Amino acid sequence: MDLLTPEIGLLFWNTISFLILLFLLGKFAWKPVMKAIGERERSIEDALDAAEKAKAEMSRLTSENEQLLKKAREERDLILKEAKQIKDQMLKDAKDLAQKEGARLIENAKLEINNQKAIAISEVKDQVSTLSIAIARKILESELSDQVKQEVLVDKLLKEVKLN
Amino acid sequence: MKYRPFLISKKYFLTAFLAFFCLFGAVMAQDVHASHEGESAHIESVSKEHGEEKFNITEFIFHHIGDSHVFHFWGEGEHWKGLYLPIILYTHNGLVTFSSKAFELNDDGSKVVEVKGMRFVQAHGKIYYANEEAEHGSYVSHEKNKKGKDVITNERPLDFSITKNVFSVFFSVALLLVIFISVANAYKKREGKAPKGFQSLIEPIILFVRDDIARPNLGYKYERFMPYLLTVFFFIWINNMLGLVPFFPGGANVTGNIATTLVLAMFTMILINFNGNKYYWGHIFNPPVPWWLKPLMIPVEMISIISRPFALMIRLFANITAGHILVLSLLCLIFIFNSLAVAPASIFFAVFIGAIELLVAFIQAFIFTILSALFIGMAVEEHAADHH
Repeated sequence: MDLLTPEIGLLFWNTISFLILLFLLGKFAWKPVMKAIGERERSIEDALDAAEKAKAEMSRLTSENEQLLKKAREERDLILKEAKQIKDQMLKDAKDLAQKEGARLIENAKLEINNQKAIAISEVKDQVSTLSIAIARKILESELSDQVKQEVLVDKLLKEVKLN
Repeated sequence: MKYRPFLISKKYFLTAFLAFFCLFGAVMAQDVHASHEGESAHIESVSKEHGEEKFNITEFIFHHIGDSHVFHFWGEGEHWKGLYLPIILYTHNGLVTFSSKAFELNDDGSKVVEVKGMRFVQAHGKIYYANEEAEHGSYVSHEKNKKGKDVITNERPLDFSITKNVFSVFFSVALLLVIFISVANAYKKREGKAPKGFQSLIEPIILFVRDDIARPNLGYKYERFMPYLLTVFFFIWINNMLGLVPFFPGGANVTGNIATTLVLAMFTMILINFNGNKYYWGHIFNPPVPWWLKPLMIPVEMISIISRPFALMIRLFANITAGHILVLSLLCLIFIFNSLAVAPASIFFAVFIGAIELLVAFIQAFIFTILSALFIGMAVEEHAADHH
């Protein structure tokens, strides 16, 4: 049948046309197109990868930050606690010191008072002895002015000595 | 409520689509009608002897799906409008070229053209060396073949003419080059950016060929065969669609011509066998069957080298030709019943089949490409350790 017998001219022109088409499209169309599509797909993939990485990095950073914050808080708490401890200690120390100092001062005062007292007493004693001597001299002067009285006194004194 | 504009636009689209096809059918009907007038005029002269006018549907359809040396636009007789295509013949005396106008549209071997001392006639779209003397006004001899059909026995020169089909192939090649080189330029211009305009229409199809045809069948070796697969796919598809357009520059039955499909199948065959690895050839010459089956299997395997591309060739040819015959037959019903009342039904069915053919145009391009990819993939497949 006519329909099933290929014509030589058609075979020839079809072959030529198709080869030319294949060559030209392969060189000027498919090569750049496939390259562009491939490159674009790769760049999209890269971008997605990068985004994924950034996300991971971000979450890592966030967790790190949180950890840092937690650590900082802990440290702060510790420092506060320590400070409080130091403050308490200092207060206690100060109190102790003040007490001790007070006691020492009181002691000193007491000592001073005693000293002063002793000095005062000795001064008083001196005064008393001086006064006593003056009195005695006055008495003696009055006593010795009278002969009779002198003799009585000497006798009495002599008697006293004897008694001793 | 939200979907309303979408629905309306869809409706408009559908209407436009149907309107287009109605126009399509109407133009086709006109075409047929116009041809019919010529045909009937021709038949009248013949049938005067028979005494009754008869519409020869077979001859009419085969004339339409066959090749021609002219590209007919419209009109008959004095009002004939069309393109006279150049005739290129390789004869006994070398290459001969002349315009097909010289035959004055004669197609029954009665108009002789003399070039370089040789005499040619055209009969049923083919060119023959003319007889010395006319016989019933015709310069060709007829003979009945075994099946009782009339065949012309005259010798034929090798015909390398730019026929209607060749012209259409050139046209589609030019169209493909324009389309895809402009798309490639768009890629260069918009490097790394999302596709835009026409480029975004083409890109999904290219990706379809790559991801659904090449990759599943060829594996990681797909890149080497992409240019061939893409070219074959778009060449078949665009020619299938141009074949559905009833007017110039479409209307030629390129992919429904056995020569075209033969050439395409041939390329696939060459690619299969030139890329076949040791496993492929091992499967043919040492098939994994018991030794006593080998004498039977080796010839069968060798036949398969031919039979696969042969199936490709026949499938595409038959599908496209069948579609054209179907549409033409439906439109011919008007002339068979010789009544305008049949026209609405006839056109309705022609439109229906036309829509299906639009689908078939894509499907056949897809099938040809995917089977080519499959066969090439089978030939280049690496078999790790298993001897199958």
